[in-house]
Amino acid sequence: MTYHDKRLPQSGQQAGASRRDVLVSVSAAGLTLGFVVTGKADAQTGIQDDAVRPLNAYVTVAPDGKVTILAKAPDVGQGVKTMLPMLIAEELDVAWEDVRVEMAPNDPKTYGRQFAGGSMATPMHWDEHRRVGAVARAMLIQAAATAWNCGPGDCATEPGAVIHKPTGKKRTYGSLALACATVTPPDPKTLTLKEPKDYRIVGRPLAQYDTAKIVTGQPLFGIDQRRPGMLFATYVKAPVFGAKVASADLEAAKAVKGVKAAFIVEGHPDAFAPGPGNIGQGLMPGVAVVAETWWAAKKGRDRLNVTWSDHPTSQQSSKGYADQAAALNAGKPQRNLRNDGDVDAALKNAAKTIEAAYAYPFLSHANLEPQNCTAEFRDGKLEVWAPTQNPEPGRQLCAKTLGLAPEDITVHMVRGGGGFGRRLANDYMVEAAWISREVGAPVQVLWTREDDMQHDHYRPAGFHYLKGGLDAQGNLIALADHFVTFSNKDAIAPSAGMSAAEFPSRFVPNLRFDVSMIPLGVPTGPLRAPGSNALAFVFQSFIDEMAHAAGADPLEFQIRLLGDQEVVGQAPAAYGAGRMAGVLRAVRDMSPWASRGKLPKGEGLGVGCYYSHLGYFAEVCHVAVSAEGQVKVKKVWVAADVGRQIINPHGALNQVQGSVLDGLSEALHQQITVANGAVEQTNFTDYPIMRISAACPVEVKFLKTDFNPTGLGEPALPPAIPALTNAIFAATGKRIRSLPITPDMLKA
Amino acid sequence: MAYTLDVNGKALRADVDGDTPLLWVLRDTLGLVGTKYGCGVAACGACTVHIDGQAMRACQIPVEAVGKAKVSTIEGMATHRIGKKVQAAWTELDVAQCGYCQAGQIMSATALLAQTPKPTDAQIDEAMDGNICRCATYVRIRAAIKRASGQKEA
Repeated sequence: MTYHDKRLPQSGQQAGASRRDVLVSVSAAGLTLGFVVTGKADAQTGIQDDAVRPLNAYVTVAPDGKVTILAKAPDVGQGVKTMLPMLIAEELDVAWEDVRVEMAPNDPKTYGRQFAGGSMATPMHWDEHRRVGAVARAMLIQAAATAWNCGPGDCATEPGAVIHKPTGKKRTYGSLALACATVTPPDPKTLTLKEPKDYRIVGRPLAQYDTAKIVTGQPLFGIDQRRPGMLFATYVKAPVFGAKVASADLEAAKAVKGVKAAFIVEGHPDAFAPGPGNIGQGLMPGVAVVAETWWAAKKGRDRLNVTWSDHPTSQQSSKGYADQAAALNAGKPQRNLRNDGDVDAALKNAAKTIEAAYAYPFLSHANLEPQNCTAEFRDGKLEVWAPTQNPEPGRQLCAKTLGLAPEDITVHMVRGGGGFGRRLANDYMVEAAWISREVGAPVQVLWTREDDMQHDHYRPAGFHYLKGGLDAQGNLIALADHFVTFSNKDAIAPSAGMSAAEFPSRFVPNLRFDVSMIPLGVPTGPLRAPGSNALAFVFQSFIDEMAHAAGADPLEFQIRLLGDQEVVGQAPAAYGAGRMAGVLRAVRDMSPWASRGKLPKGEGLGVGCYYSHLGYFAEVCHVAVSAEGQVKVKKVWVAADVGRQIINPHGALNQVQGSVLDGLSEALHQQITVANGAVEQTNFTDYPIMRISAACPVEVKFLKTDFNPTGLGEPALPPAIPALTNAIFAATGKRIRSLPITPDMLKA
Repeated sequence: MAYTLDVNGKALRADVDGDTPLLWVLRDTLGLVGTKYGCGVAACGACTVHIDGQAMRACQIPVEAVGKAKVSTIEGMATHRIGKKVQAAWTELDVAQCGYCQAGQIMSATALLAQTPKPTDAQIDEAMDGNICRCATYVRIRAAIKRASGQKEA
C-alpha cells in the first residue's frame, strides 16, 4: 500500500540549493536541525564522492536501500533507541527491517538537548521526529521528480521507494539518495504528516533494537567498553559525604600484583554543586587505585586503610532527622507554600476531622550496572564512553573540573544498565576523566556495589503532618499539610520540594501547604518520578483515609473530589480532572472493584491515582495479608491515559508493568538510613529489590484520548504505592503511614 | 599463575592470581563481557554461568577452584540445545528493558529447563529468585520461560 502525498512543496527546489550546512528550523521549541552535508559534491552532478552520505543529521540512505537512523537520546532501558527512530522511519516511509539504528553523537548544537529524563522523549519528539522523517522523504521524492521531469505531486512512496503515479515507475530510495545532494530540504512545518490509519511502524509492537545483543551477551553497556591499553580503576570516597582523605597506605596498594598506580584526589571544591544541568555530585575527594584488571585494583584498594578527616555532617542520622521533623512540626512552619480559603475555620466547623503523620525514607537508585565510565585523555583532548542519561552536562563538568575547553571533549553515549535518574549525574564520568589524565592511559572506572549504594544522590526522605476535614455530606472541605523536608545551603534540597499545585490543591476549598526544612549532609536528587513517587503515597493514602471516614466508596470519593470541570488550572500546572476521572472509571470497570466486598478475610483492593509526567494513571491493587503480617500482592490493574497513540505497544507495556512493580518494591522493601553522617546500607543483602517470586501480574489498559502522546518511563509508578497501602487497609483495617511496609506493622 | 579453562568448549588460558573470581577472569582477561558484575556477593545473579551445567555465581568462584569443569557463559548459549530456545523466547517476547541482568536470567532459565523441562510457577520462582531484574521485567521472564518450555504463557 502506498500513501499519497498532498503535502509536498509543489515547486522544484533543487536549483540553487546550497550544498553545505543548510540549517532548517524544525520546531517551535527552537531546535535547529542541521542538515549536515559531508564530502565534496561534484559541481556538475551534485553527486558526492562519498558513496553514502547523510540526507540529514539523522538519516543516511545507502545505495542498497538500507537506512541508518541516529537515535538522539541515551537508552537506559526506557526504549528510546528504538522508539525515536520509529518516528522518523514512519514518515520516511521505510520498512523497519531495513533500518539500522546508531547512537547520535553528543552534539546539542545539531540535535538540541540530548538526555533521558522526565519521561520527555515522547512529548519532545512526537512531532519533531516525524517531521525529520517527512523532510527526508520529501527530498527523496523531489530527487525522483527531477529524474522523471515531473512534479512531486505526481509521486507517492511505498516503503523504500518512490513511485511515479501516472506510470507506476519506481525508484528505490537507495538509487535516489545521492541525487538528494542538490535538493533543498523543505521547511518541516509545511509538510503534512501521515494519517494514523496509514501507520506501518508507529503502533506496531516492536522489539528493542538491541535485543539480539542483549540476549547473546555482546558488548553493549558502559562496563563492556574496551580501549587499547586500557587500565581499570576503583575510586574510594568517604562514607561521610565530602570528607577529605586524611591518610591512605598507597604503597600497600601498589604492592599488589597488577596495580599500576594509587593516588589521592583532592576533589573539586564545587563537587556538591557541580554546575549547570548537572545533578548529584562532581569530583568528590577520594583515593584512586589503577591496575591491569579490575580485580587487582580492588585488591589494592582493600589494602589502602584510608582514614578520613572530620566533617561537619558526621553526626547526622535518620533518627536525628525524625526527631527534628517532630520538633519542627511542633513549632511555626518556616514557609507557607499555599493558603486557600480559611483552613483553620473550616477544620473547626467540620463534621469530621482526621490528623495523620506520614513519613517515607531515603531511597537509592540501585541500577544493576554499577556506575562506571571509560575515559581516554590524550594530547590535551578527552574522549569518554559513558552510560549517562545526561551527556552534555557531563562534558561541561569534565571541562570545568579538568580545565579543558568543552570542544576538546567528546562524549559517546553508551547503553546504561538502568537509569532511574541516577545517571543524570556524571560523577563517574569526571572521575574517569581525572584518573585517565593522571595515569596517562585509557581507564575504566568501575564502582563496587557498595560504592554505588553509599554514594548515590538519594530520593529524599520526608515527613507530612496532615489534617483533613469533611462536611456533613462527606465532602472534603479542608486539608492542611505541614511538609518537613530537607535543605541544602538554606534552599530546598534537590528533588525535595513540593509544588503549590500538588493534588488535591485546587480541589479543596480550604487548603494550606506549609514547609519546614532540616539541613542535610546527604546528597539528594531525582529518582524515577521524582517528588511524585513519595507525594502520591502521602496524599492518595490520606484521601483514602478521608473517604473511609466519610463512609464512601474510595474510588467514587476520588471521582467526586475531581468535580465537574474538565481541566483545572492553567498550563504548565493544568490538571486534567476529566482525564483522571476517565482512568478511575476505567480501572473500576476492568478490575473486580465492584465485587471487592466478597473477598476472603485478609484480602482487599485499594485504589490510587496520580498525574505526573503528563500522564494520567489509576491503579487498583489486590493484596492478601497473612496473620504474620506478610503482604502478598496478587494483581494490579492499571488504566492509563497518555494520549491518542501508543508508539511501541511492546515497550509501553513493559514500562508500565516494570514501573508498577518498581513502586511495589520500594514500598515493600526499601529504605536508606543514615548513621554518623553515612549511609548504612551496602548491597542488595540489606537493600532488597523485588524478586520474581513476589512479582504479580499487572494488567494494563491504555485509553485513547484526543491528546498528543506522552511518555511512559515514570507515571505508572507513583499510584502503585497508595493502591497497595490502601489495599492493605481494606484487607486489615491497618493504615500504612510510614514506608517501607514491615510485617510488624501488620501482625494480627 | 596460568590456568587453562574450558569455556564454551574452548581451552582458554589465563595468567591470573588463583583467588581471582571467575567473573573477572571472564570479563577482564578472556574478553567475554556478557557475564555481568552486579553485587560481588552472589545476591543479584547478574554473573550467572554454568559450571558443568549447574547455574553458579561467577563472582564467588575463585579461578583456582574451576579445575577441569566445563564453564558455559551467555556467549555459548547460541549453540546450546536449550539455551538457544531460551534466547529465542527472550527475543520473541522482548523481555528486556535495560537488559543488564538478562544474560544472568537466561543462564539461570537454561539451567532450570535442562533439569526441569516443564517447570511450574513455583519451580520458576525457586530457580529464578536469585536473579534480580531492577527494571522488574518479571512478568515477561516468567512468560518467556513458559514459552521456551512449550507451555502456555499464563
